[in-house]
Amino acid sequence: MADVNWVALSVFLALFGFVSWLGFAAARWRRGDLDQLHEWGLGGRRFGTVVTWFLVGGDLYTAYTFIAVPALAFGAGAIAFFAVPYTVVIYPLLFLVFRRLWYVCHRRGYITAGDFVRGRFGNRWLALAITLTGIVATMPYIALQLVGIQVVIGALGVSGSGLLGELPLLIAFLVLAAFTYSSGLRAPASIAIVKDVLIYITAIAAIIVIPAELGGFGKIFAAVPAQKLLLAVPGEHTTGAYGSYATLALGSALALFLYPHSLTAILSASSGSAIRRNAALLPGYSFMLGLLALLGFFVIAAGVHDLPAYAAGFKTFGNNFAVPALLLQSFPSWFVGIAFAAIGIGALVPAAIMSIAAANLYTRNIHREFINRNPTDKEEAQNAKWASLLVKFGALVFILLVPTKYAIQLQLLGGIWMIQTLPAVMLGAYTRWFNAWALLIGWAVGTLVGTWMAIATNLQNTYPLSVGSYTFPGYTAVYTVALNLVLAAVLTPICNRLAASTGADETLANDYFSH
Amino acid sequence: MSQTEQKRGAWSWWYLLFAVQFLVALWPPLYNRVEPNLFGIPFFYWFQLAWILVCAVLTATVYWATDD
Repeated sequence: MADVNWVALSVFLALFGFVSWLGFAAARWRRGDLDQLHEWGLGGRRFGTVVTWFLVGGDLYTAYTFIAVPALAFGAGAIAFFAVPYTVVIYPLLFLVFRRLWYVCHRRGYITAGDFVRGRFGNRWLALAITLTGIVATMPYIALQLVGIQVVIGALGVSGSGLLGELPLLIAFLVLAAFTYSSGLRAPASIAIVKDVLIYITAIAAIIVIPAELGGFGKIFAAVPAQKLLLAVPGEHTTGAYGSYATLALGSALALFLYPHSLTAILSASSGSAIRRNAALLPGYSFMLGLLALLGFFVIAAGVHDLPAYAAGFKTFGNNFAVPALLLQSFPSWFVGIAFAAIGIGALVPAAIMSIAAANLYTRNIHREFINRNPTDKEEAQNAKWASLLVKFGALVFILLVPTKYAIQLQLLGGIWMIQTLPAVMLGAYTRWFNAWALLIGWAVGTLVGTWMAIATNLQNTYPLSVGSYTFPGYTAVYTVALNLVLAAVLTPICNRLAASTGADETLANDYFSH
Repeated sequence: MSQTEQKRGAWSWWYLLFAVQFLVALWPPLYNRVEPNLFGIPFFYWFQLAWILVCAVLTATVYWATDD
């Protein structure tokens, strides 16, 4: 403990303590009966435009993003910037598709994507597939948030061996679990406001102060090796890096709002207008993420990677240590405390929402569907609270016992799995032309082939698709969801012919927009 | 279903502004270059950052132009 940065640690702990208190106090914010699932798990669908902005922003732009995107820019260069077109593409989808889903879920009392698919297609097995995909893809994502906390705790100089070394993470985790249990979605919604203000302060300070210290942007980019500065221009017979860049952006965007935690945040909005307004307002976060991605290049220009003071950190955390090292190098200790608190608290918000979202899925689409069909409101809310604890505990065990590398790889696979729910959920918002069994087969094949392609490429996220003498390297998720869609479309008439029962659609055409 | 309800769920030509956002963002050859740089920031980076802001304005335009 000799290298502890006491000033930074004190600021960090003070802010952490404040948001912990806020998390518990949030139970009384816009007070509702927390013994009802939609109150605990969706904040009573009471959040207006501003709170939704903070909540969705705090949810989607996670602490891990703020560490991993600059780390990728530092390590791999221009390709990391795919995060920018990615976050451009998501908002038209939010505006068009997810507004419709908001209306139908609001009108029918749906809390999860599983609820919607169950109601739309009347097929519990398809709903189960959507539910399991959501839960399985969310678990490693929660684990990754903990990596964010681990990195900043390590960078503060707090270390120890064995269980003692993990103690800070355990404490952070217990606090998170306790306030999520007691306050539900109101906790991350209130904390998101603090977190986002801190993140914006950090990003703005970093983008102004560090280039000034390093002698301007011209000098910074001059220090970046040429092969990292731009995408490699594709050779003949291949779409090369261009194809990878565009498909990574597109596929990530298509998968994003299918994740349970995204939908939970969207459904907690109080009106369809709040969703539409946020499609125009949330790009503020994309802009900040783009600026933060540039920090990866600041790291190269500042040469922190070669300073002996940070060698141990890079050794333990790899390139994920790049941003913390840069902040330590560039700012006074008290501000490092604020910046690290922003990252640490930034992990709590999505981790809480993810665990709530997974708990909602379990409660509604597994427990209620297959175990106890007629729970009271109170039993249902109680189930969700226990499920949220279980999910978080699972993520904690995972991160303590399994190397971080696997959490990252699983999260990568998670994107490929999640996108397979697109035909049922996103197209389902427009049409129920598809046969539920055809959708289920498409989902299964897409998931299996996607997993196989990922393993075949040694868990790279792009797959070099060969057609004749041409190669199209692209995001595996995009290729496999295309396969999924084609299968669902081709099999729909066949499944209809085989008289495989098509359940009733309980939604009405005018459930999908305002009146 | 009344006339206004039919109109509300329907397609609007303003949505083409979304297609513009997609096409530019997902076409790397358009912006994969260093020059012209801005304050020393290569075109690849400042253009994509600027495009986020343009897209926000385009989305706001669609918001004002279309009914809920």
